[in-house]
Amino acid sequence: MWLCAQTSLGRSAEAWPTAREAVDALLFRAGYNTAIVVAGTTLLGIAAGIVGVFGLLRKRALMADALAHATLPGIGLVFIIAAGLGVEGRSLPVLLTGAAATGVLGVLCVQWILRRTRLHEDAAIGIVLSVFFGVGVVLLSYIQTMKGGNQGGIKAFIYGQTAAMSLGDVALMAGLALAAVAAAGLLFKEFALVAFNDAFAKVGGWPVTLIDLLMMALVVLVTVAGLQAVGLILVVSMLIIPPVAARFWTDRLRTLVILAAIIGGLSGYFGSVVSSLFPRKPAGSVIVLTSGALFMLSMLMAPSRGVVAAAWRRGSQRFRIAGDHVVEAAYEAGGRLALADKERFGVARGWSGVFREMTLARLRAKGLLTRRAGEVALTDRGREEGARIHRNHRLWEQYLISHADVAPSHVDWSVDQVVHVLSEELVASLEAELAAKGVAISVNSDAAGVHPGVGGRA
Amino acid sequence: MTVAYHHKPVLWDVDYDAPANALVAIVGPNGAGKSTLIKACLDLVPRASGLVEFWGSPYRRVRGRVGYVPQRESVDWDFPVSALDVVCMGRYHKIGWCRPVSRAHKRAGMECLARVGMLPLADRQISQLSGGQQQRVFLARALAQEADLYFMDEPFAGVDAATERAIVEVLRELKRGGKTVICVHHDLQTVAEYFDHVMLINMRVVAAGPVGEVFTRENLHKTYGGRLTLLAEAAEAVARAGGGGG
Repeated sequence: MWLCAQTSLGRSAEAWPTAREAVDALLFRAGYNTAIVVAGTTLLGIAAGIVGVFGLLRKRALMADALAHATLPGIGLVFIIAAGLGVEGRSLPVLLTGAAATGVLGVLCVQWILRRTRLHEDAAIGIVLSVFFGVGVVLLSYIQTMKGGNQGGIKAFIYGQTAAMSLGDVALMAGLALAAVAAAGLLFKEFALVAFNDAFAKVGGWPVTLIDLLMMALVVLVTVAGLQAVGLILVVSMLIIPPVAARFWTDRLRTLVILAAIIGGLSGYFGSVVSSLFPRKPAGSVIVLTSGALFMLSMLMAPSRGVVAAAWRRGSQRFRIAGDHVVEAAYEAGGRLALADKERFGVARGWSGVFREMTLARLRAKGLLTRRAGEVALTDRGREEGARIHRNHRLWEQYLISHADVAPSHVDWSVDQVVHVLSEELVASLEAELAAKGVAISVNSDAAGVHPGVGGRA
Repeated sequence: MTVAYHHKPVLWDVDYDAPANALVAIVGPNGAGKSTLIKACLDLVPRASGLVEFWGSPYRRVRGRVGYVPQRESVDWDFPVSALDVVCMGRYHKIGWCRPVSRAHKRAGMECLARVGMLPLADRQISQLSGGQQQRVFLARALAQEADLYFMDEPFAGVDAATERAIVEVLRELKRGGKTVICVHHDLQTVAEYFDHVMLINMRVVAAGPVGEVFTRENLHKTYGGRLTLLAEAAEAVARAGGGGG
């Protein structure tokens, strides 16, 4: 890739900015131009985050990637045609028009392939994306050999370079981004309807194809607007990463859109600030790294959908079940349980020493049992708890035997998985149902130590 | 009417006139074209030939009067909306383009949720509902459409007893209100109890009419037996080929 080689060669002599310069850039004080560029890119990030939510929910996220890559031949073609006509080819609106034209053509190609062949979307996107990009690279290499072809500006479209943007460029980018935000706000309800259930929308008389086209038009707007700042390779990340990161935090569409806008805005902001401090650093990569970091944070830390929260829930569930086993075993053993008692403390056979100690420590902290040398003894509260677990256990066993036709010998293993998650309502309805069937529930209230399970049937 | 996928007809020569103010079941084996029939009526799949009319008009003229309950599996339930949000989607055509859902429409949505016994779960995200509850949300959304004719695609599929009761209650209420419901149904045992009319199909209409006249052993055998006969023939052919070769 000659493009990579060239861009990385150019930046050996770049000095680090001072802390003061960094703060100035962050606070919009690094000169009028920089401030405008930062504001424009932030707005672009916001627009991309919002539009991206609908693209993602419509499951069209990768279509935007095909679109972005397919803009390159458009840029090249327009440049060549303009140069041939003797017009200044680097006029941004002209270049972006060309970009949008081939970008849309790329999307149409994907849809045509999907309709006419048995190929799946991933394959169709892969083909269109690479072929269009390949054509673009060929055109660029031709431009490079042209006389007076100032291809330096063209290359910025691939990796993005906010620092090189003129005020007019920024105004155009911000205008497109604003238009996309406004349209997404107006069509919020329509986009949600089509993304959730297009067949229902169609039956209700909504022009689904038109709404899809409008959604795609917004993607085109954001993509084309972001070409110069972010570059066509990475612009799709602005449409995908913020919504996906935001999805970890909320189950509400409105909140999702707002969070995606914030994450997208922050990424655009940091990306352009860093790009202004290191004038030749591609802003696109910094924007992606920022949103990528926010994504990692969301994935790990989000309260209910996050990885850490899920692991925590699984872990505490394991401890709770283990604790239930110990309390029940101690209850059935008459309140005391020797840790060496292989028969009654058999549940602990597979446990590691650390896990056993932590389980017992947790029960002690909850005041359910006390511990003396080699044995544990239930407190009064521990006995109550043991009785409750024991009863649920028997109830569920009886239910499985009498209602679900589970053979008595097979009951215990399926019991263990369910009995620890029974809610009080469920226990009540179990009791009612068993009583209605006339099944007597025998629960050993004196806990004689016989495992009553099946033998308890009347 | 004939419907074809990729030039292969899946539904032949359906000629049926649904009675007004009735509960109609569409019954037939898997692959008989039950869902396809509904979708073809609603212009969701193209028809190879034929004409569907509602009260004498083509479908696009009467959209506001037709409600739809799609199959539950047809959507992604991890979508970030609440039960009430989904029900309000049934009122979007009344709200119109680019305008937000007003309080009055939300109230109407809540009433529809109440009619299917889902009021306490209005704020719940839809992935946190059970299958039966999700089905009731879809039903409530159709109610919110305030239509005169409802198409329902397998509303009883895989639901719990409470949901089944709630749906039956709603169907009867709709009938009392003068509405018509056309329902793809898979449970032969409840056809006579829940529906007035039945349409037995297996790639073509085997029989259609009032349940008492049409829902007979013979007609069921014709509907479900055809496939068996075909299978039996295929099995014979396989056996013959195997016998010749071995």
